This record gives sequence, structure tokens and C-alpha cells, in this order.
Amino acid sequence: MTPQEIYEHLKKSHDTAVLEFVDQPQTDPFIRVEPSAVFDICHSLRDDEGLEFDYMMSLSATDLGEQLGVVYHLYAMKYRHKIVIKTEVPKDNPLVPSVERLWRTADWHEREAFDLIGVVFEGHHNMIRILLPYDWEGHPLRKDYQAPETYHGMKVS
Amino acid sequence: MGLLNKLDDPYEGGGIVLGKVEELLNWGRSKSDWYLHFGLACCAIEFMAMNASHFDFMRFGTIPRTSPRQADFIMVTGTVTFKMADRIKILYEQMAEPKYVISVGSCSNSGGPYWEHGYHVLKGIDLIIPVDVYIPGCPPRPEAFEEGMIQLQKKISQQAIFNKRKKLGIE
Repeated sequence: MTPQEIYEHLKKSHDTAVLEFVDQPQTDPFIRVEPSAVFDICHSLRDDEGLEFDYMMSLSATDLGEQLGVVYHLYAMKYRHKIVIKTEVPKDNPLVPSVERLWRTADWHEREAFDLIGVVFEGHHNMIRILLPYDWEGHPLRKDYQAPETYHGMKVS
Repeated sequence: MGLLNKLDDPYEGGGIVLGKVEELLNWGRSKSDWYLHFGLACCAIEFMAMNASHFDFMRFGTIPRTSPRQADFIMVTGTVTFKMADRIKILYEQMAEPKYVISVGSCSNSGGPYWEHGYHVLKGIDLIIPVDVYIPGCPPRPEAFEEGMIQLQKKISQQAIFNKRKKLGIE
């Protein structure tokens, strides 16, 4: 299916949750969705006939200023089509449903997004830091992050 | 070195070596250094080349150990993050005296490319453990490893074992 067809398919089943479809030359075509419906939409993407996105290539998070963005790159081995799903959550309440139950790859990807950007994935079975020490404070890849003076008595910079 | 040359000495030859016990011990110590390799980044990849047959690191008498308790020196090769810094401290404390440290590459010498803006990288391992030899480079060539090893051997062979306090002028 082309990205346009995938968008129309999703629009039929998740009418209000699917916000817009963007196909511009400088990026991969992507679909913007409501954060609360991420799990249901991904479930459709994985299981609906004709879509069958069985491979999550990447899950990444970005700091957009006022909002935090989460980006899902999906691929279907059977049909060899790709789609990008994007969602945005407010910085003060960054809750996104976890898709770890759909793709096991998302387990560590979501933990990394939580560790460095601070997006909290609801329903993840083990939402703890993956790269930084467990007692680290803050999420370093946020634009407004201030590095601490010391860590365990070692000077940071 | 100094000890073996005495075997050729016409006055002190004939299978008898006259020298200090300290010299003998230091000769033995400097020529059989077992090391704990703490490989963290690309310097460790370069160190693999150093260990392979072309450069043959073991000709210096070194044997890699997997336990700090059996090691004479620790070789820290690569970027030391704060998470790892805690672990290096623990490993160093587990090593038996006398112990030495070789810091390999810009990252463990001074933080390397992260020296100013890296929130997660220790700015040189000499901030947490005492370093004996610094090997510069990013990563260093095997020749630099050789030079570093020679410098460490030189340092060990010149160390005092007996009457340390006297020599240091403490007594």
C-alpha cells in the first residue's frame, strides 16, 4: 500500500484520532495521531489485513520546545511498505501508551526515550532508565537540561 | 637489563652476579606485568591490534587477566562515563599492591572530545585514580602502546622496595 492508502485505511477505523497526513519531499510521508490512541492505531497497523507492519524499525523521541514528540518507524516484511507515525505530548504531562506488547523491540527503545527525553510510556512493564545510572536526575537530551555540577563527588564539567 | 649485563662483565662473570636484591626484584616485576584490560571504546579496538601477532604485546611479559585481584596494572582504554567511573574505582580498589594504572587515549586522559560539553563523561581518570603512564592519541597507534609499556617498565624498575621511607626522606 502507498502511504496515502494506509492513511485512508486508518482514517476509516480511527476517525478522530488520526489527525493529518503529510507527504512532503524532504521527509518520509508520516501520519500524525492523537497520543491517547497510539496503542489502538499501532494495533491496527500490525494486525489489519493488507497492512501487517510486523517490524518496528525505530522508536525515537524529540524535544519540540513546548511539546515532546514520539516517532514510530514501521515496516512490513510481507508487503515491503513503510510508514512513519508521529505524536506529540505536552512537556508537563508526557504520557504515551506503550507499544511494547505489540513489538518487543519497543521495550528498550521506549526505555531509551524515557531515559534521555523523559517521555513516560504507560503500560510498559519495566519503565526504568537504560543508559544512564539509575540515580541520575533529569533527562539530558531535553533542550532546557542543565547538567549537574557533580556526580558522586566527581566534577561534571 | 642492568642485571643481565653483569653476566658479561669480565670481573664479575663466571655465573656469579653481584647486585642488589632490590634490582633483581624490580627486574622480575617490570618484566612480568599482568594486566587487567578495561576496554571501553575504540582504543580497545586498537589494543586488539597491539595484542595480535604483528605487534605482540605479550613480548613485554604481559598476560591479560580477567580478575583485578591477579593484575599488576589496569589499562583503561576508552571513554569513561560516570556510570563506568564508579566501577573503575571499585576494580582499582580490588587490585593488590603494588598496582599501576595506564590511561590510554584522549578520552581517559582528559575527556577527549567530551572535555567541555559531555554531561556523562569523566574528564580524565586521574580525577578518580592515580595514573602512572598516559598514552596520548585518539586512538593511539600500537607503537604508542609499546612506548607506554616501556615507560611503565622503566618506572617499575627504578622503584624502591626497601627503606622506602628513608629514601623519601621521611625518617
